[in-house]
Amino acid sequence: MTIETTAAQPAAAPAPAETVTMTYSEAIRDAMRIAMAKDPAVFIMGEDVGTYGGAFGVTGELINEIGPERIRDTTISELGIMGAGVGAAMTGMRPIVEIQFSDFTAQAMDQIANQAAKIHFMLGGAVSVPMVIRAPGGSGTGAAAQHSQSLEAWFVHIPGLKVVMPATADDAKGLLLSAIDDPNPVMVIEHKLLYKTSGEVRTGDIRTPLGVAAVPREGKDLTIIATGVEVSRALEAAEILAADGIEATVVDPRTLKPLDSDTILRTVKATGRVLLVQEAVRTLGFMSEVSAIISESDAFGYLRAPIKRLAGLDIPIPYAPKLERASVPQVEDIVAAATDLVRKW
Amino acid sequence: MSTTVPVKAPMSGAKKQTPEFVQLLDPDGKRLSDELYDPWVSDVTGDQLASLYEDLIIVRRIDTEATALQRQGELGLWPPLLGQEAAQVGSARTLRPDDFVFSSYRENAVAYCRGVKLPDLVRVWRGTAASGWDPFEIGMATPAVIIGAQTLHATGYAVGCTFDGVDSVSVAYFGDGATSEGDVNEAMVFAASFNAPVIFFCQNNQWAISEPVGLQAQRPIADRAPGFGIPSIRVDGNDVLAVMAATRSALDRARTGGGPTFIEAVTYRRGPHTTSDDPSRYVDPVVAKEWEAKDPIARVEAFLRSEGVLTDELAASIQARADEVAAEFRAGCLALKNPEPLSVFDNVYATEHSGLARQRSQYTAYLEGFDK
Repeated sequence: MTIETTAAQPAAAPAPAETVTMTYSEAIRDAMRIAMAKDPAVFIMGEDVGTYGGAFGVTGELINEIGPERIRDTTISELGIMGAGVGAAMTGMRPIVEIQFSDFTAQAMDQIANQAAKIHFMLGGAVSVPMVIRAPGGSGTGAAAQHSQSLEAWFVHIPGLKVVMPATADDAKGLLLSAIDDPNPVMVIEHKLLYKTSGEVRTGDIRTPLGVAAVPREGKDLTIIATGVEVSRALEAAEILAADGIEATVVDPRTLKPLDSDTILRTVKATGRVLLVQEAVRTLGFMSEVSAIISESDAFGYLRAPIKRLAGLDIPIPYAPKLERASVPQVEDIVAAATDLVRKW
Repeated sequence: MSTTVPVKAPMSGAKKQTPEFVQLLDPDGKRLSDELYDPWVSDVTGDQLASLYEDLIIVRRIDTEATALQRQGELGLWPPLLGQEAAQVGSARTLRPDDFVFSSYRENAVAYCRGVKLPDLVRVWRGTAASGWDPFEIGMATPAVIIGAQTLHATGYAVGCTFDGVDSVSVAYFGDGATSEGDVNEAMVFAASFNAPVIFFCQNNQWAISEPVGLQAQRPIADRAPGFGIPSIRVDGNDVLAVMAATRSALDRARTGGGPTFIEAVTYRRGPHTTSDDPSRYVDPVVAKEWEAKDPIARVEAFLRSEGVLTDELAASIQARADEVAAEFRAGCLALKNPEPLSVFDNVYATEHSGLARQRSQYTAYLEGFDK
């Protein structure tokens, strides 16, 4: 354990842009509003997205501004919604399909995995599927085993899909606008616990590029790579660690596919210790791949400690609030694991 | 009672465009006659109807208590059934113990009629267990949360009954929203192809969270089943007697080798989708008021009073009984114990699993660390 304190390197500040404080949920709505104002081909489909404003209030009052033609309440048919989205996208529309809980993508999986992801390939590039699928994932809201899963690895595993997991309000907006632009089907996995969190969000028609990781904090002792809600937990843990003299770099891949492995490897080489944090179950999770990428690269030679993963237990999410909390990595778990890595190695 | 009374005219060119609407007790409590369905309830005595009335009162009382428990922070969530009591009690009370129910999460009155222990109704909603009851003890599966999934299970179970050569029937309860899911439509194809002894009991409560039934169906939902080769009945779901008659006719068909029946019980969800919902955002209060006037309990009460079966004394004793049940329910709920942390590893697999055993022992060590 090194005891000298070195101030954390401040993250490279982006060029100053005009920002406004808004919630993650408002930022997503802002992105959709901007995209729909600019391009008449963009529209939204989903269950309860109209008058009700979405199960998590994300579409909110958009129906009053834009009308039911483009904010479409659908039948209770996830496969139908997804398939209609694929069909619309093939004709040049830019559908944003909302699936009420990411767990329900299971009911739409043929259209996601076998259709949306494969059509461009199987039609020899003649047709593309510029569709965005928005779906909230994750636990922490007392929604039990069939409404709380973190299924990102499913989608990363399907060639043809891009997958993003915004962790901040600004990224929720910027990544969604990039996803809408993208000619491929893009799965945007939002997090239920983040909807009400606030942050500074760039105003106007901004972008967060797909395939570029964020490094919201830099420190010399270890690199914590986290996704989704675990990014904010990692940052909170990093504050606690700093008070204890441990300086952590935090990397948020933001886009899981295509993955910015350059940033990951660069930061791992700089610290020599790596802690991977995901909410999803451990076995064959996204961080298993990140671990493999590090192990196979020349960053391996820089490691001073074995790569450490923190992940959800390999169990369905329990309904009991305390058990639910205990099932996935929390701030204190990150602090303990990071401290262990730095002090033992 | 004849067991050969046809439930509906066989499908033919003469089939009406709009299915008939079976109603035996109108909203004012007037007994209507129905040539086809009267025979199915001709044995129901005044006392038996009073016992159905008691169940209606009790299940509404339980429902009110559960909503109160949720509001008081004792339950995570509750899906109220207010308005749907007759559809659930009228159908569930016709079933035999060896029949099997596959329901959604709102069929708490069905569970009550199947004999579920009161605290078991909220064991899951209180977060104290993953499942409320043993399905084989009461002949009812743990409610399905994913919309429509249970209709497939019911169909599979029914095919199993035919393999076993028993005349048990399985009943799938689901809502109008579920009929838009592929699951329900695939279940109907399967049930028709294999002549499965299953009843598709659709409570059309007019809402799928905020979406009105008009978004799911441009025709009465009961109209769809004949297209799959399944006879259907459209019944007043707020009329406990009509629901009972319709269900008995469907059970009879299933038990005698006639295969599946689709029942659309037309009712109205007078409460929120769940306690997390705020229906004032989308419900027209005028329409809601109209449905209040079609209350499933008031009409039975009016009829029983007109028949002289229900006296003030009996009504008071039924209400007292309902309050007793509610008190027992509340006490049972509050007595449910929080699960132990290590229970998260229970029942993930049916047998020992080495990877999970490793995680369990790591977690045990982690928990033990707190005592040192």
